[in-house]
Amino acid sequence: MSWPDLAPLWLSVQLAAVTTVFLLIIGIPLAWWLATTRARIRPFIEAITALPLVLPPTVLGFYFLILFSPSSTLGGLWRDATGTTLTFSFSGLVLASALYSLPFMVQPLQSAFEAVGRAPMEAAATLRAGRLDAFFHVAMPMARRGILTGIVLSFAHTIGEFGVVLMVGGNIPGQTRVISIAIYEQVEVLDYAQAHALSAILLVFSFTVLLLVYTLNRRAPVRVG
Amino acid sequence: MGLSVDIKLALKGFSLEVRHGFELGGITALFGASGAGKSLLLRVIAGLEESARGQVSFDGEPWQGKGPFVPTAKRNVGYVFQDSRLFAHLDVAGNLNFAAKRSGSRAFDTVVETLDLQPLLARRVAALSGGEKQRVAIGRTLLTEPRLLLMDEPLAALDHARKTRLLPYIARLPEAFGLPVIYVTHSVEEVTRLADRMVVLANGRVLAAGGVANTLARLDIAEASGKFEAGSVVRAVVTGQNRRFCLTEMTVAGQALSMPASAVDVGAELRLRIRARDVAIAVGRPEGLSIRNVLRGQILEIMQEADTAFAEVLLDIGGGQKLRARITRASVAELGLAVGNTVFALVKSVSFDRRALPKG
Repeated sequence: MSWPDLAPLWLSVQLAAVTTVFLLIIGIPLAWWLATTRARIRPFIEAITALPLVLPPTVLGFYFLILFSPSSTLGGLWRDATGTTLTFSFSGLVLASALYSLPFMVQPLQSAFEAVGRAPMEAAATLRAGRLDAFFHVAMPMARRGILTGIVLSFAHTIGEFGVVLMVGGNIPGQTRVISIAIYEQVEVLDYAQAHALSAILLVFSFTVLLLVYTLNRRAPVRVG
Repeated sequence: MGLSVDIKLALKGFSLEVRHGFELGGITALFGASGAGKSLLLRVIAGLEESARGQVSFDGEPWQGKGPFVPTAKRNVGYVFQDSRLFAHLDVAGNLNFAAKRSGSRAFDTVVETLDLQPLLARRVAALSGGEKQRVAIGRTLLTEPRLLLMDEPLAALDHARKTRLLPYIARLPEAFGLPVIYVTHSVEEVTRLADRMVVLANGRVLAAGGVANTLARLDIAEASGKFEAGSVVRAVVTGQNRRFCLTEMTVAGQALSMPASAVDVGAELRLRIRARDVAIAVGRPEGLSIRNVLRGQILEIMQEADTAFAEVLLDIGGGQKLRARITRASVAELGLAVGNTVFALVKSVSFDRRALPKG
């Protein structure tokens, strides 16, 4: 058995990492807003956020494909700005993955922020901490478990993604050929040995990451300050 | 130094409407039953209730109303919450430093010493007892170098022993840190132990305010504190007004009784409320005593309150009228009180029953 081509695994890890960072940046403010707002449109936004949990990846992928196409508004703007297309590109994959994994980031964050509640934030305000100060030095550290959970789930979910990538990314080596696509292709061409090797690597990798995170989380109830 | 408040805040099923100039200095108790709006008023003063309409200004500086709303973080008030609200992700020193860092306070060592926090500094918040938590919370608040300290029933969650231990720390604060304190409580004991002045709140309105002794004397505490306080209501007839000593003279069941002069007509029938704890008992008619109201009666019943120091004695003072006295069980034993004995009830104070209090 020959050593499998590891590029798809590396690409998957890159995609998951970039997607997770991107999701943290948009997920934290969104989750904080959902956790604290009294606005009437909150359930509406919550429902939209949760949609990717319910819809088949093919449906999401199909809409992304239409949204990303250079003839659409978003796709057109992107092409004018960058000179590349969103479809069948790494950037498009990041965007699609981020939306696809959105609930896996937002929901744990939202519950963590809700668990923090108003009381510590009020206390911080009486200790002369402004809103941002209180957010970064009270709410975030208190919600760290939820943040960690959101990171792990988003990362893992993106690594395991298949349908959406297939729809908007295709199978371009080094660009969109992530590990799940590579495995799918090897099975299609009956290269079971390669498929076995990649699957085993993915299995061991995923398990190791999760084990590490849960162990760390248990052993070090992280103290800050 | 003063705090002027003129605000309205309507919540579901409750409205707070307070217009009051707080004279600050020492400890001012904000007193009332639970649900009277004390904590809510404190939150308004701190800027934690942004929907409150009206004006708040401190020391001539507008906090809201005139000019923009000053957020809590910029009001420079210290706030000690009932539930301490220490940050669980920091240890004790971390909690104290959180405040010190933001205020630039250099009082760390003084505060640690005043509140005996040294042995707690490295402890985790979860490992503190209730009393320790409140001490740390008070210390943390002091390190924000506030100009006004707001305390929201800081002892409410503690047992009696811990309360007693923490009281002296609180009593020391105004002098040690040159800091006026507004102290929310529903306990008369805490008011009398700590406060110089008090503001009484009932149903979201100020009911009375002034020096503690005067206000307490004028107030039917049972009503304001919402607690059942044993007492008796007796019928009296006004017999005359003593202008020289400013007393209103009455008879109760044929026995003389007087109270500070009130605008009532001679011959009028009154209902008087006499709290059980304002009645003492003597076995002989006492002499050389400042208490003027002495009623003779016969003991009908003695109720010992198990596991407490107290007993209630029910007296028949004639004419079918009854009087309740709350005395210690030790006194019952020492005086050899028994049902059927004739004794003398010393009444320390009398108030009209259900009479609206004048504001002031």
